[in-house]
Amino acid sequence: MKKIFSRPESLTPAPHLYCAGCGHGIIHRLVAESIDELGVREKTIAVAPVGCAVFAYDYFNFDVTEAPHGRPPAVATGIKRVLPDRIVFTYQGDGDIAAIGTAETIHAANRGENITVIFVNNANYGMTGGQMAPTTLIGQKTATTPFGRDAKRDGYPLHLCELLATLKGVAYLERVTVYNPKHIFNAKRAIKKAFQNQIDGKGFSLVEVISQCPVDWGMTPLDSVAWVKDVFIKEFPLGVFKDI
Amino acid sequence: MKTLLKGNIALCEGAIAAGCKAYFGYPITPQNEVPAHMSRRMVELGRVFIQAESELAAINMVLGASVTGTRAMTSSSSPGISLKQEGISYLCGCELPAVIANIQRGGPGLGNISGSQGDYFQATKGGGHGDYRMIVLAPDSVQEMYDFAFQAFGLAEKYRTPVMILSDGVVGQMMEPTELTTHCEQTLPAESRNWILDGCANRKPRAVKSLMMADGALEQHNWDLKKKYDRIEANEVRCETVNIDDADIILVAFGITARIAKSTARTARSRGLKIGVIRPVTLWPFPTAIIAAAAKPGRKFLVAELNMGQMVEDVKLAVNGQCPVSFIGRPGGGILDDDALLKKIAEL
Amino acid sequence: MEKVIIDADKCKGCALCIEACPKKCLILSDTFNKAGYRPAVFTQKDACISCGFCFQVCPDIAIEIYT
Repeated sequence: MKKIFSRPESLTPAPHLYCAGCGHGIIHRLVAESIDELGVREKTIAVAPVGCAVFAYDYFNFDVTEAPHGRPPAVATGIKRVLPDRIVFTYQGDGDIAAIGTAETIHAANRGENITVIFVNNANYGMTGGQMAPTTLIGQKTATTPFGRDAKRDGYPLHLCELLATLKGVAYLERVTVYNPKHIFNAKRAIKKAFQNQIDGKGFSLVEVISQCPVDWGMTPLDSVAWVKDVFIKEFPLGVFKDI
Repeated sequence: MKTLLKGNIALCEGAIAAGCKAYFGYPITPQNEVPAHMSRRMVELGRVFIQAESELAAINMVLGASVTGTRAMTSSSSPGISLKQEGISYLCGCELPAVIANIQRGGPGLGNISGSQGDYFQATKGGGHGDYRMIVLAPDSVQEMYDFAFQAFGLAEKYRTPVMILSDGVVGQMMEPTELTTHCEQTLPAESRNWILDGCANRKPRAVKSLMMADGALEQHNWDLKKKYDRIEANEVRCETVNIDDADIILVAFGITARIAKSTARTARSRGLKIGVIRPVTLWPFPTAIIAAAAKPGRKFLVAELNMGQMVEDVKLAVNGQCPVSFIGRPGGGILDDDALLKKIAEL
Repeated sequence: MEKVIIDADKCKGCALCIEACPKKCLILSDTFNKAGYRPAVFTQKDACISCGFCFQVCPDIAIEIYT
C-alpha cells in the first residue's frame, strides 16, 4: 500500500481548535501543501491575524509572527523589505483585512509588496462570536445584525478583490472557495500560484477563499457548505480579478 | 570635527551610525526632517525606507523588521505617537527591540506645532494597553539627539524592548555643532539571536507572539517582564546633576527645559543664589534614588516642564514629603525662560 | 492495511467527508471519541477507489489515503 494523501510537512501534528466543519483547516492544509511543493518551508515567515487563525503558529510548521488586528500587511512589508529572499505571507480574515486593516491592505497592495495574502472570507467575525463583518451579506443575521444586515444602516458587502483590482501594484487576485473537492483543488492551484508569484518576484498576490463558518452561522457543516454554494458565492462571484 | 546640524538630522545620523537598517515614517510637523532625510540617506546606503500610509502601518512595519532581528525605527510627533501606542504595546508584549522618536508638539488633540513636553505621561506610564514599561531617553541637545539615537538601538536589543527618544520641537528644530563620532555598526550577537524569525532552516520553527491563553501563562509572562524591567531600573538609570551638593533649591527638569534650567542656575549662582539642577536623562527608569538622596530637610525643589505638571508627580514620589516641591510649567507650546524661572525661584 | 485511515481522536464528526465520498464508503460512528464527537468510520472497504475526496474536504486533516 502506498500513501497518497496525508498531512503535509508544513503542518504541525497539533489538532486544530477550529469548530467542526470550519473551512480554516482545509485552507491551512492547502497553504502548507503549496509551501511543501515549492520547497520553501525553511524560508517561510507567516504573519498571523487577530481572529480565528490567531493560533496559526501552533498549526504551521515554519516561522510565524503575530500582528495586531488588521496590521499583517504592514508587518509583512517590514519583514519582506529587510529579508527579500524569504517567503512572506499573511493569513487574514474578513474583519482583519477589510475592516480594521483596510488601509494596510490597500497600501501594501498599492506598493506592490512582493508578498502573498491568504484572505479567508466567511462573512462574519468568527472568533468573537459571529458579529457582522464587512463581507456579511444583505439580510444575513449575525450577532450584531439580529434583524439581518440592512444596507441603509450597515452598508453593503465589501468586495475586496474587485476593489484591489484597480490598483497598479497588484499582480494577482483570485476568489475561490472550498465547499467541495473540485473547488478545493482549484483553491489549491490558486494558492500555490500566489506563492509562485512571490518566488518569481511578480508582486502582491491575494487569494480570497470563500469559506464556511457553520457554528457562527447557526448551521450544520453540511448546511453551511450548501449555503456557500447556493447563496454566498452568488454575492461573491468566483474567478480571477487580476493576473499580470 | 563638529558639524552644524539640526536636531532631527542628528537623530537620523545617529540611527544610521548605529546600523539602523530600516526606517518607516509618516509626515508630521515638527519631525518632517526625519523622514525627508531618511528617504535620501537610507536609499543611498542601500537600506530600507518606506513612507507608510499611517503611523499605525509605520510602527507595524518596524515590528515586522524587528521580528527578523533587524535594527529598525520610526519617528513621529505627538498625535502620530498616539497612533503608535497599539504597536508599542505589542512590541513590549512580544519582547521586540525597536526605536521610536517622539519630537513632541503641543496637545491635546491636534494642538499646535510648537515644542512641548505634554507626552511625558504617555511615554513613561504606558500609553498603550497592558502592564508594560518602555525605556525613555530625553535629549537636551543636538549632540544628544545623535548620541541617544545611536545608543537606543543597543539598549533596545540588550533588553528586547522598545526604546523611545522623547524629544520635542525645540530640540528637533534647533541647530548646534555636533560631533559625529565614528561608530562601528553593531549587530545582534549570535547568542542573542535565538528568538528572531528568518526561516526555520536547521532549527525548529519559532513564533513571536503576545497572546498567551494557557492558564497562568500570561501572568507568568508579565512577571518575567517585571524581572526584566527591574533589571533595567537597576542598571540603566541616567541622570545629570549640576551643583546640587550645596544647593538650597534644586531645579528638576528634562529635555529642553533642563537646558533652560541649567542656564537659569548659572545666572542665579552669579547672583549668589545656591541653585542646583537634577536632570533625569532616562525618564523611565526614573532617577528616583538620586532625587530621594538629594531630598534633605531645608531644601526646596522646583520642577519645570513644558506641560501642566507631569514629571512633578514622579519627583514628589521620590522626595516623599522630605522637602516642599513646587512646579512651574507652560503647556500648549509655551517656552519657559530665565526670567520666568528666576521669578518663581524668588517666590519660593 | 486499509485505504482510508481515520484518526478518530482528531475527527470532529462534521460529516463533510461522508458527503464528499462518491462511493459512500464512510459513516458516522455510533460511539463518541475523547472530545465527545462521533467520528467518521470507513466501512465500505471494497468500494473505495482511493480518490482522496474525503481527505480533501477534511478540515482536521484526520484522514490518510493509501492505494
